Amino acid sequence: MMPFWDTYLGILILTVLKTLALVVPLLIGVAYLTYFERKVMGAIQLRKGPNVVGPFGLMQPFADALKMLTKETIIPTGADKVLFVLAPMITFGLAIIAWAVIPVNNGWGIANINVGILYLFAVSSLGVYGVIVAGWASNSKYAFLGALRSAAQMVSYEVSMGFVIVTVLILAGSLNLNAIVLAQKHLWFAVPLFPLFIIFFISGLAETNRAPFDLAEGESEIVAGFFVEYSAMSFALFFLGEYANMIMISGMTTVLFLGGWLSPLPFLPGGVLWFLIKVFICLFVFVWVRATLPRYRYDQLMALGWKVFLPISLVYLVAVAGVVEYFGWLPHA
Amino acid sequence: MNKVLRWTWSLVLWEILCGLGITLRYFFRPKATINYPFEKNPTSPRFRGEHALRRYPNGEERCIACKLCEAVCPAQAITIEAEPREDGSRRTTRYDIDMVKCIYCGLCEEACPVDAIVEGPNFEYATETREELLYDKQKLLDNGDRWEPELARRLELDAPYR
Repeated sequence: MMPFWDTYLGILILTVLKTLALVVPLLIGVAYLTYFERKVMGAIQLRKGPNVVGPFGLMQPFADALKMLTKETIIPTGADKVLFVLAPMITFGLAIIAWAVIPVNNGWGIANINVGILYLFAVSSLGVYGVIVAGWASNSKYAFLGALRSAAQMVSYEVSMGFVIVTVLILAGSLNLNAIVLAQKHLWFAVPLFPLFIIFFISGLAETNRAPFDLAEGESEIVAGFFVEYSAMSFALFFLGEYANMIMISGMTTVLFLGGWLSPLPFLPGGVLWFLIKVFICLFVFVWVRATLPRYRYDQLMALGWKVFLPISLVYLVAVAGVVEYFGWLPHA
Repeated sequence: MNKVLRWTWSLVLWEILCGLGITLRYFFRPKATINYPFEKNPTSPRFRGEHALRRYPNGEERCIACKLCEAVCPAQAITIEAEPREDGSRRTTRYDIDMVKCIYCGLCEEACPVDAIVEGPNFEYATETREELLYDKQKLLDNGDRWEPELARRLELDAPYR
């Protein structure tokens, strides 16, 4: 007789419970990230940010959600209805799905798969489809321009992001995210790979369509970009998807470069708290950068991606591979 | 060579770091916000807000229906009708201000020989319908009664400069 937790039903129930335990805090985190962003941006601009709804305005995300829910969902006459409704779901779904492999603590990932990093990379690349589909289905020129910009931008930055990830893989010797974190036990990869760490983070800004790379939205040029035509809940899904993606990229940065759940001080135990603190710091930088920098021009964005990041990450990849091979530091060789 | 140097230097992201430094300094500065419905800016004694018709301390209304305010009003927002009262004094029977037309120039206040029509410190009188902004005499007198202490203080403060 197998124990119940090893039967198919048991595994299913366990996985659902694990997923809930991850997704519910994640969604609350997403809701409060909007609040956090408004507070931080407010402070940087010498304002207070939301402070009326609840103590310190802490109920603001719920007030916003309630407002979004009660609004009317408008589907434009010229829109492709199926795709139009599908697009925000794709965006939001993909932003959540990626979390399946992120290990928040040693072995805590819901799916501890051996190609975790590949899965993450694939899911974050698929994110562009939500945007393209939204832009196409809206049947509006602004939305279409936004989608085109976003597509070109995401494709360009994924290339250098890929090279950065390959470099990390060379040092870690595994595609498993858990193993990648454990490989940073003595030295976080942010130290030897510092330029790549910066490139990865900046590419992350571009991946998530965040300022200064928010050309896909570009409210001063193309109104709101790919989601001009969206309203109510479908708009909220895009909005939340963007923030979920921010948390996801911060999580990826933490796992790949900042040692995941590992403690920065050798005498303190590692744990999920360290993971959260590191993600939080990354998110602060996201907001901080948004409050500091103006939007890139389109050609500057492309030049940065192809003429700066790509060569640097490529050269660094070859250099790291050479050094590791020459000194025989290759793991599992 | 200079160009190459500059390009290499740009990789350090120095300008961006400077910018981030500035925003971080601002992040820790005290906020400039005045928490509006709970805190308010001070207003000058000459502040030109909502109109009011004042009374003498004995309760008699000041306005003598000279219609100078009506005449001087550049937006023609004031409408006055007058006839002698039973005791023979000249009083208004109608004193309307269209607050939608009014441009809050304060000329009515300056024209008034008896300090009857004044613009008070109140600026929070938004309404849900347009009609509520067509003030009649009763509304203006009520405003005067409500704001009189404040109005008198402001007139006194401003008197040396008139």
